[in-house]
This record gives sequence, C-alpha cells and structure tokens, in this order.
Amino acid sequence: MHKCPLMFKAVTVLIIAAMLFSSCGRNVEEKAENQIVVFNYGDYIDRDILKQFEKETGIKVVYEEFLTPEAMYTKYKNGTVKYDLICCSDYMIDKMIKEKEAREINYTAMEHIGNIGETYWKVSESFDGDRKYTVPYFWGTVGILYNTTMVDGVPGSWNDLWDAKYKNNIIMQNSVRDSFIPPLILDGCSINTTDEKSLRKALEALKRQKSLVQSYLVDEVRDDMVNEQAAMAVIYSGEASLATEYNEDLAYVVPKEGSNVWMDSWVIPEGAKNYNGAVKFLDFLCRTDIAEKNFEYVYYSTPNQSVLDNIDEEEKEEDTAIFPDENVLERCEMFTYLGPEAEELYNKLWKELKVVG
Amino acid sequence: MKKLGSRLLAGPYIIWMVLFTIIPLCLILYNAFTTFEGRFTIENVMAITDYVNAKPLLLSLNMSLVVTLICFVLSFPLALVLSKYSKNKNSIIVMVFILPMWMNFMLRTLAWRLILLNNGFLNKGLGIFGFNPVYLMNTKAAVILGTAYDYFPFMLLPIYNALVKIDKDVINAAKDLGATSFIILKRIMLPLSLPGIVSGITMVFVPSMSEFVIADMLGGNKVYLIGNVIEQAFNSGYADVHLGSGLSLSLMGLIIISMVIYKFFDKGEGGHGIW
Repeated sequence: MHKCPLMFKAVTVLIIAAMLFSSCGRNVEEKAENQIVVFNYGDYIDRDILKQFEKETGIKVVYEEFLTPEAMYTKYKNGTVKYDLICCSDYMIDKMIKEKEAREINYTAMEHIGNIGETYWKVSESFDGDRKYTVPYFWGTVGILYNTTMVDGVPGSWNDLWDAKYKNNIIMQNSVRDSFIPPLILDGCSINTTDEKSLRKALEALKRQKSLVQSYLVDEVRDDMVNEQAAMAVIYSGEASLATEYNEDLAYVVPKEGSNVWMDSWVIPEGAKNYNGAVKFLDFLCRTDIAEKNFEYVYYSTPNQSVLDNIDEEEKEEDTAIFPDENVLERCEMFTYLGPEAEELYNKLWKELKVVG
Repeated sequence: MKKLGSRLLAGPYIIWMVLFTIIPLCLILYNAFTTFEGRFTIENVMAITDYVNAKPLLLSLNMSLVVTLICFVLSFPLALVLSKYSKNKNSIIVMVFILPMWMNFMLRTLAWRLILLNNGFLNKGLGIFGFNPVYLMNTKAAVILGTAYDYFPFMLLPIYNALVKIDKDVINAAKDLGATSFIILKRIMLPLSLPGIVSGITMVFVPSMSEFVIADMLGGNKVYLIGNVIEQAFNSGYADVHLGSGLSLSLMGLIIISMVIYKFFDKGEGGHGIW
C-alpha cells in the first residue's frame, strides 16, 4: 500500500520536471528573434567572425559543429534543435532540397552576393538547379596526397592505389562514397552510378585492395601523412594543402582519370526560426574582408571572386591543391544524391568490404 | 512511515531509471520489431544471423574473451600482492593503479595510437636498441591491447576488494593445519574471491563486447566489430535505426543468455561445495 504515495510523488516530480523543461523551451523561443543557430563542420570557420557579426548586428550566434554529413542529417531530422543555417556538402544538400527541407534564399536582400563567382554558381547547379537554395562556401577536389620520398614519380593515376609495392602504405577514406571514387572512375563509370553490376565490380576491386591498405580514416588522414605513416592517401584538397604546409615532402595530385569535385554550401532549413538573421549572416560571410579573413583561416578553395582577385599569382601557382587549373575542374564530377535505395545498396556493399579479412 | 521514508530515498534513482533506462529500452524494443513504415517484423532481430553481421559478432566475442582473459591473468596475481601489502584500502599503491582512470579514456586511447604508430614511440624505442620495428597499429592485436588496457582497472578492483575482505584468521588456520600456499590459494583465496572475479569478468566482458571506439582509433577501421556495425546503422545517414535497434537487442539477448549460463555454473559449483 505504500506504493501509491511513492508513485504519486514520482509522478508529481515528473510533471514539475516537464513543466520546467517546457518553460525553458519557451524562453528559447522568445530569444529566437535575436539569435541564429548555425550548424557547420568542425573547425570550418574563423571564430572571430562570429564575434564580429555579433558586435556589428547585435544578433547572437549559437554555433554547433558536426563530423559527417550523415551525422548532421540525423541530428537535424531529430528536430530537437531548430537550426537557422546549415553548411554541408553537395550531395547532402541535394538530398535536403529534394526532400523540401531547404528554404529559398532571398538573394536580393544580400548586398555582397555578387562576390561569388559565376563558375561556382554553375558548379552548384548540379544540386541547386534553379539557383535558389544555396550560397557556396568552400569547394575542392578529391585526390592523392603522396610523400615524394616514399613514392617513385608522381602517382598520376588511381591505379597506383592498387600497386603492391605500396602494401600497408596506403590510407583510404573511411566513408562509403569517397572510397568508391577510384574504382568507379577506373572502370569508366560515373561516380553517381546506381547500377548494381558496376558497383559490385568496384567493390571487388576495393576488396582486392584491402590487403594493401594500411587504414581507413577520415580526420586522421592528414596527421598520419604529416607523420609519414604512409606513402599515399586519398584526401580532400583542403586537407592536402594544410598537410603540405606541415611537411614539405608531401604533394597533392588529382589523378588524370578525373575525380570528384565537391562544394560545401549554406542552406536555410525549413524549420529556421530566424530567417532574416540567417540571410544577414550569409551576406556577412560574402563580404570581401570577412571572406578574406575566413579564407586565410580555413584555407580551402574559396568561391569568392573578390577574394581570389586579391591573391597574387605567385601564391596561386605555389598551391595547386587550393588553386587548381581550370582543366582539373573539367575532368571532375560532383556527387549527387542517389536516393534511399541506392544508399541502402552502398551501405550493404560497404559492410561487405568491411568484413573482409 | 519509516519504511515509506526510506523508500522515498530511492525516488531520484527511480526517476533516473525510468527516464534513462526503461524509456530508451522501450524505444529500442519498439524500433527493433518494426519496419520503417511501422509494420511488425522480426527481420531486424534475425539480421544478426546475416554473414555481414554474424562475422563481426563472432570477432567481437572472440576479442572480448581474449581481453577478459588477459585482464584476469594480469589482475589476479596483482590483486593478491596488493591485498597482502596494503592493509589500508586507500593505500597509495592501489591508487597508482586506478590513477589512469582519472584521465579521459579517449585521450588514453589516443596516446596508445601515438605509441603504436609505425614510427611511434614504441618503434623509436626499439630502434634505439637495434631491434626491428613492429607493425602493431591497425591490427586486431592493437585493438585487444587498447581494450585490455582500458578495462584492466574494472577487473582489478572487484577482485582486490574481495581478497581484502578475506579474514586473515582463515588463512592462518589453514597454515596451522599444514596447508601449502598453493592449497591456500586454490581452496581459500580463489573460492572466497569468486564474487569479485565474477563481477570483474562481467564488467570487462560485457562492455568490451559492444566496444567500437577503440576499434576505430587503433584498428584503422580495418577491425570491424559488432559495435561498429551498430554504430554505422545509427550514424551513417542511411540510418537504419530499426536494424541498429534489432542488432542491439540481439546483442543484449546474447549477453543475458551468457550471463544466465554463467550464473548457472557459478551456482552449480557453489552447490557442490568445492571448499
């Protein structure tokens, strides 16, 4: 019989707790007018810019970071936090636009939008066909970072990743679609293929390669290459450029068969609470002095033409990872969102690769 | 009324348990037995028998058994020594062994990475003495090493506590009756510290069974455990929460079954009175 009062108390406490939580929620909503919630990759902005924005506009920036587009999507869909701005990669934005999760951006309210070069709007068309939903942030390619003291010549072809000479000296990307780039391109397929036969063939190539691979990494690729753990690694151009700064023996190449070009862009998601604040922040990011400052910090390829114009030719020639030739872009393809069925297939194949060995 | 008062003390924990154990368990149960469309299915739970899931499961089982064995072999003799020389529970020697736990385990694993890398501290040290380098990084051995290192205190402490509690008079009496050290160990120390050993084994075996972070950091993602499979199911965007829940549930089931079997043998031994 003693149980009843206990249960009663427990329920009371729960109700009070629930009330407390909900009142917290209300407070946040009231504040929404004066703050924006920004969701971005880790270490992908100069934090001073956030402070400067807060100072100039009085809008508070709540800044959150994620590791992979997949993790971002899971958290966004979860809906606990209402984000006003999300920065993510092409194929994930493609998915969000297709699922009607992105709001149209009012470009006319943006004073500095003209700074973004036409080339990059055009590249963005592969996921934002109507040029309505995104603002380009940074872009780059996928290629091979290699140690000139450990590799003979230049690994100019993806085939070099299957060279038995480099057994245990190759680092691959630990993400499904990136790891399928080399075998698909070598086989003459689009990197956006959903044809099961081509993908199976690519999987067989990756399985054969596994005994040569030292590790499958994401964030540690750069550090391991700088520390001379491996001779070659598949890597993003921005990371490669940073690595070559730390270790002069490292060099970056986009293989001759072509590769993937990627674009990280901003979208305003459907659930955004402060649309105007978000647009203001985007405009702020496009402003030449801010974009310049941010570029210096992040040091990925910037789509901001006014920033590019201010960089002297010498620097451009020195760092081909960040300032690639025009013809590199021509042989590269962008990822598109493949739909749930193809995603499931990729996921299945990836697991099959992982259990080998 | 006194009874009620003492029961109320459990209140905060009950709330905690409902919020963070019962409700999540119910969510996992629901997700495990439904499809994306919300229809009932047992496919997610049965998925554990698929080759791509069964192989990582067997690997996990294999590796956590090895880890448990390593931890036990290392900690039992150590606990014996510690219990003999430290009368005081808060002695400095014991603290030295728990000290690493004061540091975040991710940092400790990261440190192992720096040690084991091809040109890490281990191989640099070996090089100084003219030995050939060892390539441990990104192998199963590295993952086993890292896991055993991380869970070692969880084996040591319960065994140590059990050994310290053994009445010294019992041992002295045995000595008086002419028992050798081996007999004392076999017929007094081991049986009396059994509860500690059991909880040590559970505390090492169960969590290392679902381990995935160490496999990520020291295995270079080449060692694919059941924990990695489940993590991928929840975190990969094509997030199959239902499959992930189903796999977690079957893993939980397997652990419960193995513990029931274990308890059964444990009781059986006690019943026959080996001491």
